[in-house]
Amino acid sequence: MPKDNSIKKVLVIGSGPIVIGQAAEFDYSGTQACQALKEEGIEVVLINSNPATIMTDKEIADKVYIEPLTVEFIEKVIKIEKPDSLLAGMGGQTGLNIAVELEDKGILDKYDIKVIGTSIESIEKGEDRESFRKLMEEINQPVIESKIVTELNEGISFAEEIGYPVVVRPAYTLGGTGGGIADDKQELVSILAQGLQLSRVGQVLIEKSIKGWKEIEYEVMRDEYGNCITVCNMENIDPVGIHTGDSIVVAPSQTLSDKEYQMLRSASIDIINTIEIIGGCNVQLALNPESLEYAIIEINPRVSRSSALASKATGYPIAKVATKLALGYGLDEIKNRVTKKTFACFEPTLDYVVIKIPKWPFDKFNDANRALGTKMMATGEVMAIGSNFESAFLKGIRSLELGKNTLFDIDVSSKSLKELKERVKSPDDERIFDLAEMLRKDYRVEKVSEITGIDEFFINKINWIVKQEEKLKETTLDKLDKNWLYKLKKRGFSDLGIAKLLDVDENKVYNLRKKFNILPKYKMVDTCAGEFEALTPYYYSTYEEYDEVEVSDKKKVIVIGSGPIRIGQGIEFDYCSVHSIEALKKLDIETIIVNNNPETVSTDFDISDKLYFEPLTEEDVLSIVEKEKPQGVILQFGGQTAIKLAKYLKERNVTILGTSCENIDRAEDREKFEELLEKLNIIRPKGKAVLNIEKGIKEARKLGYPVLVRPSYVLGGQGMEITYNEEELVRYLNKAFKHDENNTVLLDKYLIGKEIEIDAICDGEDILIPGIMEHLERAGIHSGDSITIYPSIDISNEIKNKILDYTKKIAKELNVLGMINIQFIQYENQLYVIEVNPRSSRTVPYISKVSNVPVIELATRVMLGEKIESLGYGKGIYKDSELVSVKVPVFSTEKLSRVEVSLGPEMRSTGEVLGIDETFERALYKGLVASGKKIKKESGKILVTLNSHDKQDFSETAKKLKKLGYEFIATEGTSKYLNDIGIESKSIKKISEGVPNVLDIIRSGVIDFVINTPTKGNDSKRDGFRIRRAAIEASVDVFTSLDTINALVDILDKKIIDSDLNVYDLAKE
Amino acid sequence: MEATLILENGKIFKGNAFGYLKESVGEVVFNTGMTGYQEVLTDPSYYGQIVTMTYPLVGNYGINLEDMESDSPKVKGFIVREQSDKPNNFRCEMKLNGYLRQNKIIGLEGIDTRALTKILRNHGTMKGIITLRDLSESQINHKFDAFHNKNAVDNVTTKEVYEIEGNNKHIAILDFGIKKNIIRSFKKRNCKMTIFPANSKPKDILDKKPDAIFLSNGPGDPEDLPEVVENLKQLVDKKPILGICLGHQLLALCFGGTIKKLKYGHRGWNHPVKDLDTNKIYITSQNHGYYVDKLPEEMIKTHLSLNDNTIEGMKHKKLPIYSVQFHPEACPGPKDMDYIFDQFVKMAK
Repeated sequence: MPKDNSIKKVLVIGSGPIVIGQAAEFDYSGTQACQALKEEGIEVVLINSNPATIMTDKEIADKVYIEPLTVEFIEKVIKIEKPDSLLAGMGGQTGLNIAVELEDKGILDKYDIKVIGTSIESIEKGEDRESFRKLMEEINQPVIESKIVTELNEGISFAEEIGYPVVVRPAYTLGGTGGGIADDKQELVSILAQGLQLSRVGQVLIEKSIKGWKEIEYEVMRDEYGNCITVCNMENIDPVGIHTGDSIVVAPSQTLSDKEYQMLRSASIDIINTIEIIGGCNVQLALNPESLEYAIIEINPRVSRSSALASKATGYPIAKVATKLALGYGLDEIKNRVTKKTFACFEPTLDYVVIKIPKWPFDKFNDANRALGTKMMATGEVMAIGSNFESAFLKGIRSLELGKNTLFDIDVSSKSLKELKERVKSPDDERIFDLAEMLRKDYRVEKVSEITGIDEFFINKINWIVKQEEKLKETTLDKLDKNWLYKLKKRGFSDLGIAKLLDVDENKVYNLRKKFNILPKYKMVDTCAGEFEALTPYYYSTYEEYDEVEVSDKKKVIVIGSGPIRIGQGIEFDYCSVHSIEALKKLDIETIIVNNNPETVSTDFDISDKLYFEPLTEEDVLSIVEKEKPQGVILQFGGQTAIKLAKYLKERNVTILGTSCENIDRAEDREKFEELLEKLNIIRPKGKAVLNIEKGIKEARKLGYPVLVRPSYVLGGQGMEITYNEEELVRYLNKAFKHDENNTVLLDKYLIGKEIEIDAICDGEDILIPGIMEHLERAGIHSGDSITIYPSIDISNEIKNKILDYTKKIAKELNVLGMINIQFIQYENQLYVIEVNPRSSRTVPYISKVSNVPVIELATRVMLGEKIESLGYGKGIYKDSELVSVKVPVFSTEKLSRVEVSLGPEMRSTGEVLGIDETFERALYKGLVASGKKIKKESGKILVTLNSHDKQDFSETAKKLKKLGYEFIATEGTSKYLNDIGIESKSIKKISEGVPNVLDIIRSGVIDFVINTPTKGNDSKRDGFRIRRAAIEASVDVFTSLDTINALVDILDKKIIDSDLNVYDLAKE
Repeated sequence: MEATLILENGKIFKGNAFGYLKESVGEVVFNTGMTGYQEVLTDPSYYGQIVTMTYPLVGNYGINLEDMESDSPKVKGFIVREQSDKPNNFRCEMKLNGYLRQNKIIGLEGIDTRALTKILRNHGTMKGIITLRDLSESQINHKFDAFHNKNAVDNVTTKEVYEIEGNNKHIAILDFGIKKNIIRSFKKRNCKMTIFPANSKPKDILDKKPDAIFLSNGPGDPEDLPEVVENLKQLVDKKPILGICLGHQLLALCFGGTIKKLKYGHRGWNHPVKDLDTNKIYITSQNHGYYVDKLPEEMIKTHLSLNDNTIEGMKHKKLPIYSVQFHPEACPGPKDMDYIFDQFVKMAK
């Protein structure tokens, strides 16, 4: 059937900010969807609150609205744009939930919009657990014994009926938020209470635990004529019980016989036929490892994280095909873009192994509860492709950037077998290293499998790696003959890993490999295992006989991507990489991208001329450079992941486009940076590097408290804290030196001033600053976690000129070619420089969009020799935009138990949203709404607990809030203070004072928001920490900076009403 | 032990032998299925062929004695990137290596199977030798010349007529190398079956008074079976007939169609086929090197391959005769087209 010609204008809803459980994969699918629609001549109206995405570029959609993803704002867009159709399945759970809400509220009917793709009715059949279960019973598909409960007691009695352990899954939540496994009544009560609160519909599913079964997923497609195919199946290496987002996943399944494979495939197809999916669907199944018994876990009637992975694993663009199916095409009418001969109606077959490994934020959150369960905690993931399991696995491990090049870990090796055994019983993110160590200590393979629930097949593979590692440890380089080295390389060992085990320099292994002529070969990902000729240049490395890459003699450039999404290095860098590629293409340069993140747009094989899906390590990147011999390599857009390759590549005579390696170092190395500023006569907060506690105490006394402390060389403010007194400082230093005694700790005078940030493009002579961004919160809060305003609202021209002057000086001195990011503090009318990043930064996508300066394109062109003067955007500070944009950070902290909530110098947000409007207050209001803050406009209840140095500052705010009709509940100290200044407040017990205390009142649901300024962060035993955790876990907003709350009060004062606000199409010229 | 694959075009791949260490000559073909190696090994249609799997890890779940498509492996050799020496599955009874050794089949592992696949794709299926020693050019040529697969069906068909009881319709099966799952498929429908050797006389078949006749899959070139075609001519107007794979090709010859060899065959379980009656598309399991090129005049095309538009099924304009090129019985592969058996059993009278 041809496409439905009545579809002319389609509304696409994005997934909003990056949070745990909903990350870059929806930028990838959304971008594909928009492109697929445009290809068909359909007008695309896009709404997404996330400015860091590629999908919100005006090149991607015809109309771009960066507005809150709420029914109110979407209706405004609908009213203006009058789309005839809505494509619901591209924006993750957020997009789906909103589509359902639009339908429920009659908005779709009101504006005569039809839902294309999977219908709302089908979505509800798949999403509502009870109706799904009934449906499965009707078609004889087994489901796990379960019941939907809406209250605590109901859950408890059902659990007692089916027996513990039980799994708790709230309905309609992201990444299983609020779920868990309860072993007994006590655990059930705590998990269930939270789950009931988090579910949009107040429903929680209690089900019998099938812990230990294999978890298998199928990605299925169906067109409206009932044709079905499966794109790929995937086997979770971790058994059921660990969220698939937190599991290591391999594609295709490795341990299933054809009988099992086809049995689950048939079940998946039966299900999507019954639900009448039109587009893509993810089916999760559990398979008993001891029989042919299986059960359906759940389905996701939309594109998902798994569908992104399956697309990258197979080369089958699920989102693109799903979009075409929504337009009425049949699967047999859509060409396979890889072979250009076959059609979308076939099942990809792989001739390689794909592994996905999650990336967790625990390197950042040391104190977090790392135990893996049914609640997803990973912020991102890496994917690796190899021609055997071991190579894909080891490539994946080194892609994680954990500093691990082998499975050997010195800390883990000191643990006893008994200890390790206990650890793998309740696995955390380190379980692979723990079980590897058990095998290293000769613990039985069968037993490891039994304890962990991981199939013996995989344990044996890991065991092989471990045994080779042990062999290497006991030998010397001269014993490493050609056959052995070839075997190791074939199985994914890195030069560095081998070198470390042999205790020699990495170069020696590299040289030996060259001597033996053992070089990687590159094979194509072609959807069809070589059966048809393929045209898609999507490659992975392997050590085989034949290479399939054709190296052209065109001028070419390699762009290094940024790897997995993590806190501090997110989707923004993918935006930058993709834009750099686009800019290079415009210049008629052949583009090559190297990246390992399956969720991203940059790893869509349609983006660059060549895609190498490889780890971003020195060896892996160098091999590609040696193969392709590009004119240069661009590192500036791949965050710290790419930048840290600079020195290595430089030493190997690889041309790095843009700022030189020495100058990168001058900005990053603390001492050199100080010298630089001194030379330029630019001030920075006084500071000192110290190597021991005594020195630290001495220097801090000199500087005067509060003192900002951090380890040198950091990204995203890792390990950064503000210490207000000596006790806090000593505690910090103790911990820091214990962690790494060679680490230098930097002490800076903490200035409580205004933070200002700029991104600039520099050609070595001139600079262009697209815009000056002002932070709402005072310095001391990480720039990634601050609310940021553009154009600035409170910076004098004098300071602006100084910013321009400093930026020029620094950029020129560092001979910056391309991007530079500088953070300033304005304190008592002085301008201080606090940080210089000689690379693209987090704020680039946002500032590009709102300033209308194509920042990355310009930077890329400058790196290739063009001058700013000739680029048509002028020099100096670019003109301010008319609209005000406010970036508001979004956190996923509620998903990470035992992690500090309050804002501080260490970055904790996972994503961001933008509020755009004509005034600051309106833009901020939109930003806060978009970020999910529940703004209650009058007469709410506020819980206040303040530290002593904030009480004074709060008095004005408190008065305003009172005037607005808010009531206060406060702990004793704060309550007393409020009463003293004449504001009535109710006193509530501290945690230690018995019940009902401050935690109980939070959980009771009467509090609208919490204002809590911390005395000391990161201490899970303190009241403040527990109050903040209790609040976010109960979905109560928490404000920990008075600056934020003051701004909120200003908004409340203005009495902004949703219906008065406009929405703005950013694509309009 | 080091071993070499020598292809007819002179290309050589060096790897390691496993299974039964004895030189073997055959027609080299590739299969793209990611699971189902045991079904492939035992499918009699592979008789005379050296099969290479495009999926690199083979033997992961071992061998069980249940999922067999005949009583022994029929391939002449088995080529894999990597055979699993530590398989695991609750039904795993043997390792691939041991199974091949016991059944005297040579395996070759450690070669670049993707490169081999691409050679076969570009140059077409060709003969190959897996050898454990150095061979001179004349030795190689001699071995290639000596190899043919003309008696393939004779080697895999049943020697004796046998019956399988059932209380549903009675199906006469002409066994050209039938896969067990076809028998299981009829059994599941409670059919009574009488299984005949390939060259059985029409009279002997009709004497058993079957309700329908089934022509099975099997190895080789249908043109090597002129006698069978002649026999069929005497059966076609007597009983409803269903043909699968080779059976389909024989029916085409019987009605005056022509057969051609595919460049590199269809072997795998991801082949999309369109049912021209309903316009629905199914993913099918396929294993054939020949195809019906010219449709007999009395036949109508019923199924079409979406990959290369070759005929995947036909039916007679008047008589109750149907045939399909693909394998509705699957094993390995999807069972999306299992309903073909229901249709056939319903048609039998």
